[in-house]
Parts: sequence; structure tokens; C-alpha cells
Amino acid sequence: MEKDKVPQDEGITAGITREVQYAVDENGKYVKTFSKGWEPKNIVNELAWEDIQEMVDLADKKISAGKASPIMHFMAKNQMDVTLLADYVELSKWKVKRHLKPRGFKKLKQDQLENYAKVFNISVDELVNFKPENKK
Amino acid sequence: MKLDFEHIPAGHCENGVISSLLKYHGLNLSEAMIFGIGSGYFFAYMPFVKVNGIPLASFRPVPGMIFARAAKRLGIKMKKQSFRKQPKRAMDELDKVLERKLPVGIQSGVYHLTYFPPAYRFHFNAHNLTVYGKEGNTYFISDPVMEYPTTLTYEELKKARFAKGPLSPNGKMYYPISIPEEIDLKPAIIKGIKQTADWMLTIPVPLFGVKGIRYLSKRVRKWPNNLGARKAASYLAQLVRMLEEIGTGGAGFRFIYAAFLQEVAEVMKDERYFELSKKMTKIGDKWRNFSSLAAQTCKGRSSDPDGYNTVANLMLDIADDEEKFFIELKKLIS
Repeated sequence: MEKDKVPQDEGITAGITREVQYAVDENGKYVKTFSKGWEPKNIVNELAWEDIQEMVDLADKKISAGKASPIMHFMAKNQMDVTLLADYVELSKWKVKRHLKPRGFKKLKQDQLENYAKVFNISVDELVNFKPENKK
Repeated sequence: MKLDFEHIPAGHCENGVISSLLKYHGLNLSEAMIFGIGSGYFFAYMPFVKVNGIPLASFRPVPGMIFARAAKRLGIKMKKQSFRKQPKRAMDELDKVLERKLPVGIQSGVYHLTYFPPAYRFHFNAHNLTVYGKEGNTYFISDPVMEYPTTLTYEELKKARFAKGPLSPNGKMYYPISIPEEIDLKPAIIKGIKQTADWMLTIPVPLFGVKGIRYLSKRVRKWPNNLGARKAASYLAQLVRMLEEIGTGGAGFRFIYAAFLQEVAEVMKDERYFELSKKMTKIGDKWRNFSSLAAQTCKGRSSDPDGYNTVANLMLDIADDEEKFFIELKKLIS
């Protein structure tokens, strides 16, 4: 790629940083240049976030139907699956699975709730009182 | 205390950190040179490794390998430490090394890096950065994929060093302890090129090297049918992200390799490497074209198989180019 063709499409890194892009200058020599972004990258990054949002929506539906605890919402929001969440809260997977059910969640003690809240970077109040937004 | 450390933005985190650590100790080697000597160019399709539930395609060998090979071939000794489940010790040890006026390379998770663009904060644990000082509760950070140096608090850095999940860093840190006075780049370059060519051409498993690209091309063709429109788009999008997102220098490291070959032409005083660099640039341009077409195909998540067939064909074309390229490159070193 030639230096003057390095794309400068504003997008996911806007206002925070520019990325290094290797390109050849007018003498055919490689130089490091900066790129503000590239539209194809914006598109595929957006798709990845759509997938995450889909998981959050799915979790919210289950919570509204009384089939899952608020933990499922925050797990999805933090891009976690049961394996990764279990790793972070330092519990076995089957315990985490139990806490994902409303019944298991109700039995959680304060320190266990704090453990989850800390991993999700929220307060215990936010975790316990979470209500999914109604989406039309 | 803040060390007199030069922040050098780089295409790729691992090579960028090593390059700038070595520069601090007086050895000037570019990111591209380290990438080439460490045989960083690769292709692997690993359906048994899933990232976000999607089979992993990678344009480089496993994290840490490029740098381990480069260090070995250059005769550089690094001190490496990890601290399984001992975050406090990991932070204390970092402080101690900083006190000795040594900048330290750190493996970190991306998810916890608060200075990153939010759009990039996924659970990816093989990121690398340099810590070059500390004042009170604040650490001075040189992250090669960022344009400018930045900072993290004690808690933030600790979290990033102990991110969980695949490839978890376990507080891994490293710094050079011995660098040879004189380095003869030629034998290191030849070893680096030979291994790259061999890995691209001769691994007898169809998932690696140019065979891997051809294999994945076949899979891509089937995605819309086998997975449905929505999931197929997610798969293709992730492939483009592996090519372009967070530090590849563009086109899945192909442009960095072309830059390496230009440097080789100077070291070896052999113009033929310069000519090959031009060919590598063309291969990189084709990968960019691939990304561009693939992104258009993903957009709107259409189930039209034409888009998938087009990019699959392009992959076959690129596989042929890469095969010819490495056969030619191998001739130069043998």
C-alpha cells in the first residue's frame, strides 16, 4: 500500500488514538504511518458488538420471564460465558450456573454478591435491583 | 520515578515492546526486523480453538513465540517471570525491577485496559506493553499500539496482568538481562526466513501455511449454507478482525514482513530482497482487498452466497501467491 492511500476513515478509535500502518513512500521505501481508521474495520467491529448485544438481549428476555437471575445480564454485558465468569469469581462452573437461576441467586449471601459485583464493576445494589429495560 | 524511555508506536504489540526495550539498552532493531527474525509471518486455521464461539484463524504463531525465537537467534537473554495467583508479589516484583531503572515488558489482557478505545476492549489476553516508571499509585505505560504514552493505576494494571480466560497472563513480565556487544544479523535473518518459508510451505497438516488458507477458503464458501446468514457474517467479520484489528500493521502482518525484506536487502546488500518486498506488498494489498470485500459481504448480514464465493476465490488466489513467494524466497537463502 502507498502512503497516500492509507485510509483515514474516522471510526472506532476516534479521539483516542491512531493506529500504525506500514506503507511505502514515494521512493518505494517502507515507513510507519498513522491511520485514523478504515471503514471495513468499523463494519466488522460493529458486527462483533452486535453479537454481544444479542447475548445481552437474550439474557434480559430470560430475566423478564423469570428464568434467569440478573447475573446473566452482567455476564453477557461483560462478554463472559460461564467458564470465564467462574474463573473471575473463583467458583466452580456448576455453582455459577446455579447462581444464574433466580432461585440460586436469592440464596446468595452478601459477600458472595459483593464478589460478583466487584467482577462486574458495579455495586451490590445495582446487581440485586437490576431490571431489564422493556424493549418494544 | 519515570525512566527516560522512548515511546515508539508500532504495528504489533509483541515486537513493538521488544524493539523499544532493546532500544533502551542501546540496541537498535526495528519492529519489522524482530518480526522477520522471529518468523512472525504465518497462517493457521484452528477450528478446535474458539474465540467468542468462532473458530480461530491466525496470521501469526502463538503469542510469545516470535519474540522467543528472535531472542534466541540474536543471542539476547531475557529474564521472564510469572506469578500464578500472586498478584501482590507480581506488583512488588515489578516495582523492584523499576527501581533498578529497568523498563519492564508486561503481558496483559485487553479488556481491562482503560485507555483503550472501548470498541477494542474484548477478552484478549496476549497483549503486551511496557511499564517505564511509577509515581505514587500511577504507572507510566508505553503501549506500542497507542499513539502516545499513557498511564494506569495500580489496581488497573494489576487487573490487566491477572486477566482470566484463555492465554491468561498470570502476571508475566520480562526484560533483557544480557545483550551481545556485536550482533551479526545475517545468520539470524536466514534462520528466520527459512523457518517462515518451511512453516508456510511444508507443515503436513492442511490447517497451516498456504494449505491452511486453501482449507479455510473451502469452509468460507460453505458458511452461509451451514451456519445461516447471521452467524456466517459473524465468522467472516472475525476473520477480518484477525487481519486488521489491534496491531497487525495492516493486512495480517504482510506489510510488516515486506518492510522486513527491505531491511534485509540492505543488510545482505542484495537487491533481490527488495524486489521480493514489492511482491509481498502486492500480497498485502490483496489481503486488504479481501478485508474490504468481506466487510461489504458481512454488512447487513445477507445470506447471498456470491459474496462468500468471491472472497473464497480471492483466498485461493492469495494462497497461490504466497506459495510462489516463499518458494522464491527460500531459493535466495539456500
